[in-house]
Amino acid sequence: MKNNRTKFPNLLIISLLITLFSIANSSTLFAASDSGDEEKEAGGTDFIMHHIADDYQWHIITLGHTHVTIPLPMIIYDHGELKFFMSSNFYDEHHEPIAHAGYMIDHDNGKLVRASEGHGEEAGHDAEAGHETEVDHAVATTDDHAEAKSDFLNLSITKNVASLFLSIFLMLITFITIAKRYKDGVAAPKGLQSLFEPIIVFIRDDIAKTNIGEDKYKRFMPFLLTMFFFILYNNLLGLTPGAANLSGNIAVTLSLALITFFITQFNGKKAYWGHIFATPGVPLPLRPIILVVEVIGIFTKPISLTLRLFASITAGHIVVLSIVGLGFILNSVTVGVVGTLFSVVITLIEILVAVIQAYVFTLFSSMYIGQAVDDGHH
Amino acid sequence: MDILTPDTGLFIFQTIAFILLLFVLGKFAWKPILNGLKEREDTIEGALLAAEQAKKDMEALSADNANLLAEARSERDAILKEAVAAASNIVEGAKEDTGKITAKMIEDAKSVIENEKRAALADVKTLVAKLSLEITEKVLRKELSDKKAQESLVNDYVKDLNLN
Repeated sequence: MKNNRTKFPNLLIISLLITLFSIANSSTLFAASDSGDEEKEAGGTDFIMHHIADDYQWHIITLGHTHVTIPLPMIIYDHGELKFFMSSNFYDEHHEPIAHAGYMIDHDNGKLVRASEGHGEEAGHDAEAGHETEVDHAVATTDDHAEAKSDFLNLSITKNVASLFLSIFLMLITFITIAKRYKDGVAAPKGLQSLFEPIIVFIRDDIAKTNIGEDKYKRFMPFLLTMFFFILYNNLLGLTPGAANLSGNIAVTLSLALITFFITQFNGKKAYWGHIFATPGVPLPLRPIILVVEVIGIFTKPISLTLRLFASITAGHIVVLSIVGLGFILNSVTVGVVGTLFSVVITLIEILVAVIQAYVFTLFSSMYIGQAVDDGHH
Repeated sequence: MDILTPDTGLFIFQTIAFILLLFVLGKFAWKPILNGLKEREDTIEGALLAAEQAKKDMEALSADNANLLAEARSERDAILKEAVAAASNIVEGAKEDTGKITAKMIEDAKSVIENEKRAALADVKTLVAKLSLEITEKVLRKELSDKKAQESLVNDYVKDLNLN
């Protein structure tokens, strides 16, 4: 009886979220396709890319022609000087980018660039012509957006950074709350604890113990648990309406993969390095070839981790958005209804993918660590 | 923003935030959670082992009890047997003794009766003799009042004496 009672609201919440997600997307697309023929011709690609990419403001919803956005702080480290702005300073009332304090947001790739005197007055997105011609001008950044990127360090709290903080905040609340229950002494799990405990036990028994070994897994448990829940939380947050696509961002997945990479290398035992530099059982003449393969192998691991997570999450978002957008592109209500229903199914699959990708990333991390800490007693 | 180019700012934030998260959660969440889980598992395992041990103990105890009971029973049987034997011995002995005593008593009684009888008979004899004497004396006195009678009597006696 108790189970049924708790299951039902959960299902309700999930379906509500899915509905909200669909509505939020459709209205945004509606606005996007409304604003000009340009997007329609592009087949909604701009709209999809805009949703997947990072942003300097948090766009919640568009009601008619009103964009509901949360402006986010922008931090720029420019030649030893930290500058703070609000992203709302960089947009005019029509949501077109404008120059502010010598910087402006490039309309094409969303990057913050140095604004030129002549450029700042303009609406911003008509600079296509200058793009290809003046690429090699390093100092004169008059019209070239791409050149300015390495000139200053952009540490803005973008939508993804804000989402990162949000997910960290949620994780801290969840797990420190759960941890309190364990400090009270031995008791049967209840509430949130019963939801997370099986997952924690699964990561400990079936991921860490199996791949790293009974005697060494303990040291890596905090890392594996943090990794798993960080990816899981951000995958699921990415599926909620209006949220950022943090775990589908290549900078994030690269950072996570590099952390795994460094943990693996720093914990590499004699057997691990011996296996790379003098692979046992290989004749001496072949060793240089194997060495090259092994060294490449060290670096393909983080690359595969980076790309797998990035691609699966981003691809999922693209699929959902494409199906939702189909109705608007084909201008058909029928396609819209069918597409929305289909996108619900895809979103459900995406929830599954969110869990699987978190599991896979953790599993591979533990396998790499397991190989590194192995004593070589086969 | 180009989705395939890692953004430097986000990369820096992500790396620092993740490492901080790792340490904060490691200290305040994973450590107590993992320790608590271990403690609970140990407790459960201990409890199960203790239950198993208790069960075994109970089995051993009941086996002991059965042994004890059987021992007690056999002991009781032995004691009962002994007691019965002792009782029958006693009864036998008592019977024998009683028989002897009775026989002796009967013997005694017989001899006493015999003695008494003899004494009584002796008394009777004496009394009879006395009475006979007295009667004889009285008869004699009366018979011998005349002279003839006396002479015939003496004659009879003399005759008897001669015959003897």
